[in-house]
Parts: sequence; C-alpha cells; structure tokens
Amino acid sequence: MEIWPAFMLLSKTRFWKQLGIWVIVQNYNSILTLSHLYRSSDALLVHENDAVHKICAKLMNIKQISFRDINQVLAHQLGSVFQPTYSGEGSFHYRRNPLGDLMENLVPHPEFKMLGVRNIPQMSENSLAYSTFTWAGLLKHLRQMLISNAKMEEGIDWQVRPPLSGLPTRGKMSLNKESHFNTSIANLVILRGKDVHSAELGAFKDPALYTSWLEPVHAFSVWKTQRAFSKYEKSAALVSNSQFLVKPLDTIVGKAWNMFASKAYIHQYTKFGIEEEDFLDSFTLLEQVIASYCNLGF
Amino acid sequence: MTQSVVIQVGQCGNQIGCCFWDLALREHAAVNQKAIYDEAISSFFRNVDTRVVGDGGSISKGKICSLKARAVLIDMEEGVVNEILQGPLRDVFDSKQLITDISGSGNNWAVGHKVFGSLYQEQILEKLRKSAEHCDCLQCFFIIHSMGGGTGSGLGTFLLKVLEDEFPEVYRFVASIYPSGEDDVITSPYNSMLAMKELNEHADCVLPIDNQSLFDIISKIDLMVNSGKLGTAIKPKSLVTSSAGAFKKRQEKPFDAMNNIVANLLLNLTSSARFEGSLNMDLNEISMNLVPFPQLHYLVSSLTPLYTLADVNIPSRRLDQMFSDAFSKDHQLIRADPKHSLYLACALMVRGNVQISDLRRNIERLKPALRFVSWNQEGWKTSLCSVPPVGHSHSLLALANNTCVKPTFIELRERFTRLYRKRAHLHHYLQIEGMEESCFTEALSSLSALIQEYNQLDATKSMPAEELPRLSVAV
Repeated sequence: MEIWPAFMLLSKTRFWKQLGIWVIVQNYNSILTLSHLYRSSDALLVHENDAVHKICAKLMNIKQISFRDINQVLAHQLGSVFQPTYSGEGSFHYRRNPLGDLMENLVPHPEFKMLGVRNIPQMSENSLAYSTFTWAGLLKHLRQMLISNAKMEEGIDWQVRPPLSGLPTRGKMSLNKESHFNTSIANLVILRGKDVHSAELGAFKDPALYTSWLEPVHAFSVWKTQRAFSKYEKSAALVSNSQFLVKPLDTIVGKAWNMFASKAYIHQYTKFGIEEEDFLDSFTLLEQVIASYCNLGF
Repeated sequence: MTQSVVIQVGQCGNQIGCCFWDLALREHAAVNQKAIYDEAISSFFRNVDTRVVGDGGSISKGKICSLKARAVLIDMEEGVVNEILQGPLRDVFDSKQLITDISGSGNNWAVGHKVFGSLYQEQILEKLRKSAEHCDCLQCFFIIHSMGGGTGSGLGTFLLKVLEDEFPEVYRFVASIYPSGEDDVITSPYNSMLAMKELNEHADCVLPIDNQSLFDIISKIDLMVNSGKLGTAIKPKSLVTSSAGAFKKRQEKPFDAMNNIVANLLLNLTSSARFEGSLNMDLNEISMNLVPFPQLHYLVSSLTPLYTLADVNIPSRRLDQMFSDAFSKDHQLIRADPKHSLYLACALMVRGNVQISDLRRNIERLKPALRFVSWNQEGWKTSLCSVPPVGHSHSLLALANNTCVKPTFIELRERFTRLYRKRAHLHHYLQIEGMEESCFTEALSSLSALIQEYNQLDATKSMPAEELPRLSVAV
C-alpha cells in the first residue's frame, strides 16, 4: 500500500446520470473508471451532469444550453470550494493546504470517499439584480438541501426532517423511496462574502445529521472569507461526504450490470486486455460502496 | 488528428470515390479559405511539393502546395480509372497509387478474389504500406465497392483479409453497394453471397447501400425540384445529389446523382473526425458504440436534409423535421424500416448550427416510437460538428444498428438459392483455381448464421425486459 503524505489525490469525476445520449458504453466506462479511482484516490469529488443541466435550465434560465454553459456551472462549483479561505477563526492568513484540510475534514474512513458539492445561490445576472441575501436564509436552504438531497435550490423537499434523537435506528436507506433523509459522515461549509463572521452555523452541528462515529465538532467544519466569489455578494458552498451519490451510482451500476449480463460490447474491451474478471472486480467494489453508504443510518 | 485512407475498388467503387474526392475538395475549399494545410485537411489529403522527385515531397504544414488524396485506386479494367486520370481530378491522385489491369473480372467474384487477388497481392501490399507510411496516425481504411460485380466484390473483399493481417489495429470500414432486385448482372447473387462471407469475417463496420433506394431518393428530389410550387425554390448546391459543379461540364447522368449521395454519406461520416465541434466523434468511436457484438456490424444509414429550401423562414421546425426524416424509411440508403424493427444502437452525427439542447429535445421526442433492445434502452451516440456541409446550415447522418437490415440479407439468400439450386453459371466459378462448391455452401452458412442472430434479437422485441439480480455483498 502506498502512502501519499504530501500529495492528496482528489479525482474529479462526472456522472452522466440518465442522459445516455453521448456515449453508449458510458456505464461500462463509468464503473471501470470509478472502481479504479476508488482504489487509487484519497477522495472523489463527483458531479452529476444532469443536475448541472437542470441548474442551467431552471436557475440560470438558459434556453439553449451549450457545453460552455455546463462547464461554467462546474467551474463555479470548483471555484467556490478551492478559492482561498482564511486558515482559522479570526485569522487573516489564507489556508495553505486546502486539499489536505479537505481530506482531513471529510474522509475519516477510506471506505467512504465520495464527495458531492452544492452551491447557493445560483442564478442568472438578471435575477441577481433583484435579489438580496442573508446568511440565515442561505444557510437554512443549504441545510435543507443537504438533508433532503436536493441537487439545487429549486424544488427542495421541506418535508424531510432529521429523525428525532432517542428513537431506534433509522434503518437502511431504501433506494426506491423518493424522499429520504440524507445521513452525513462529514460536512464542510464554505462561506464567502460580506459579514461572513455573523453567519450562524449551529443547525449544521446537529448530531441528528450525522452517523454516530464522529462528534459533530469533528464531523462539521467551516471555512470563511470576506472576499466575495464571482458575482454573488454572499455565497455558500457545501462539500459533503454523505449519501448524496448513492442513487446515481446505483443507477449506473444497475445499467452496466444489465448490459454486462447480455455480454454486449465486451469484445470491444477484451480486444484491449480488459477481461470479464476486471468487470466483475469493478462491480464487486462498487456494490460494496453502495451497500456501505446505504447502511449509514445504522 | 488521425488520417484515413480510401481504397476504391472496381468500376462502381471508383466512380463513387471520384465523387467523394470532388466533394471533399469543395468542402475543404469552402472552409479553408486561406489555403493552409491544416489537420482537418490532412485527414484525407497529403500536401506535396511536386517539384521534388521521388518520395521526399511531403510538406507537413504551411500553405497548400499540391494536394494528393490518401487513396488507392484499384480496377481490373482501365476505363474508369483512365477517365479519372484524364479528368479534372487527375492531379489529386498520385499516379503511383493505382493498380489496374485490362481484361476485367467478367462479373465473376472468383476471378476478382482468387485470380487477381494472388496476381496483385504484392503490389497491393506495397501501395498500402506506402500510403500508411505517409500517415502520422492512420486510423481507418475506407473501402468503397459494389457487391454484385467481379472486381469490387471479389478483389475488394480479398483486400479485407490483407488489411486485417497487415494492419490489424486500423479500422476497416466498408461502403458496399448491394444489387437491387432488377440487377442486370445475372451472377450478382453469387458474387454478393461470396462477398458477404468476407464482410462478415473481416470488416469492422459495413454500410450497406442499395441502388434502388438511391434511385427512389433521386426521384423524390426530382419531384420536389420540378413541382414548381410557389416558394419552394431549392438552393442548387444544397442538393445531396449535386456535384461540386464547377468541374463537371457535361450532363449529369443518373449514376452521378446516386454516387453523390454515397459520397455525401462518407463526407458526413468523417466530418466530425475532420473538423472541430463541441462533441467530436472519431471513427473508432463509431465502431465502439455501434457494434455490441462482433458479427453484427451492419449499419443502416440515412441522410437528411436531401435539399435546402431557399426560403429560410422557419428555422426550428425545419430542424426538428430533419430529425424526424432521419427515421423515415424513405430516407434510408437501403430498403429498410428502422422504426418498425429493433434497435441495438443508433448514432446521430449532426453538422452545423445545432445545440445539445436541440439534440436532447429531438431524441426525447422520437424515442417513444422506437424500439431499443432491453440492455441498451439508451443506446444513442451523438456527435456535433460545427462545420455544415456546403450549401446547408445543418445536416444529419443517422447510423442504425437495427434488425431492419435482415430483409436485405434474406432476399439475397433467396436470390442466391434460386440460382444455386439450378447450378446456373456455376462452372464459371468452379473452373477457377481455388474455388470449390464448399466456398458457396460456407458462404451460405455464414449468411444464414447472421440472419439467425437477427432473428434471435427480433424474438426478444416483444419480451419484457427482465431485471437481473445484482451482485449481493456482505456488509
């Protein structure tokens, strides 16, 4: 096993969830890639193109969405996470090792390394002119996006609530149920903009949001900077190690498995040395990941 | 960027090839106004300083000096190739890239395959190696031929085995003209059947095309052009059947129009590999995504629009119509109805000013009427090339791996059986050294096995998709 003290491998992967209109063998490629990345990276930051597409359509109001628009949203997501932030409360020095800190905060266990990103607000220039934001409002929405697994700020399910403490185990996550409480292992909230010191983050420290392995003080971290990001006077990003990606991953594995069962396209891979064994290894690893994340509620 | 080499074999293959090069030059000229030798043009052309004697003349960048097609021209008669070499395209072909004979193959696959195959094997190898050496990264061989004759059919398919052995990593794409029912070559069923076995075993991807469908498309266009309806003036250059124009002064013969359709097919097939776009598709991706099982590599193609109306008032409806037409049986280049058969996979290669959202919208719109195999419900592969064909603002080439190709094969088998049962004309074949009856029976089995594969898939059409149990893991 190799140890990477100074260099953290953060792989950025993109899921095309249901489109299927770009590459027919995308599900095979996805499971092969993901399983390899899972073994060799310290963490995976995963984006779903379908969600990005919806953000462009609904929030940004773009009529004819091009790749440029999609890439812009993705770049914004990455920027909102990796732009500099202060190294600590009250400090005015910038964080020297954001990747390392990210890893330390969010990946306490090597079995669980899938991270998702959410941003708020996200809107077109025109709408921005008519909006004002408070940290309380932004954080309230962001928290609900976290616990209800909303991909964007619109259509958030406000019915989803954290289970009441003291009640017996919530149970295994069902992949078929629509609304489900999203259990987190660890969360990182990044705040950028005016009056950032006045933001109240208590709601994110609620132990009901997390598994029992870590105290909320260890499961939750926040990074701040006064400097606004992009065109938003105040903006918040959430990087979460939670059940965000279980359903999309499960869908892809399901489709790939279905295709694999009929042996379609396999000859295209064996031609280049990828054998059926390699496929099976990938499936096994990913089913394990899915099962582990599903059982977080216990 | 990668390069491709076109190998045109036989009378039909060379005539189509000639149209292809004509249109390709026109296309590049329209895009590349400054006449700089760039990557796009290098995919099919070399840039040569003709003053240099021998092989040293290749120029890799800068101004275009003299363009040479990456082509090998093969014909066992001289007529067509000579005409090309005396025509306006004579300078485009390297005189060393030709293989000709005088007597022809007599519409006999065995003569083309066995006699000329062995006679010219060395020369063929030499020319192919030369053309490969001139490429930085050779990705694909395109073979253009007809199935019903002797040279294109016999020698053309002999080539496939040579290519497979000599260049195993280079893709072999074949555009094959299948004979129509009323073919004037009596032995065309024998030739086609024998050629089919070779295509089954040695081609990566075959685009079957038949003359009748091409003819029907032309008739449709003629009807439109001559209808004289108000406001339906058609832009002449936009006809999928029109030649580059400036070169050919004589009257266009009906075959010219048909050849141009096939030439346009090849042009559009390779556009994404030649020009830029937001969603490029290389030729190897076609094979990768559209061929789920090695034997099932026959792709039914359709080209839209067939012409552009001069009246440009209704952009988006016209765009959507283009997508709808691609699935209509009237636009397919063989007699086939993909809408009422089963899809294994489908590729949409779009050119021009079209966005992904247009693609998505149209796929969502058309999907419900189409049947895809259960393990590939989302079996769409798409590409966007920003450069439209000359005379159009946008165009679409659809490639379908669909069981609708089965009737063509069944019909071929029937025509073959009718002849073979009576042993008609068989002696012409059996007298050729290396030919035995087993060649015929093996070819028949090969085709029957292929038809059976399609039958099995069709049988699954009405079955509900079964959810297979997933791997269960211990937690």
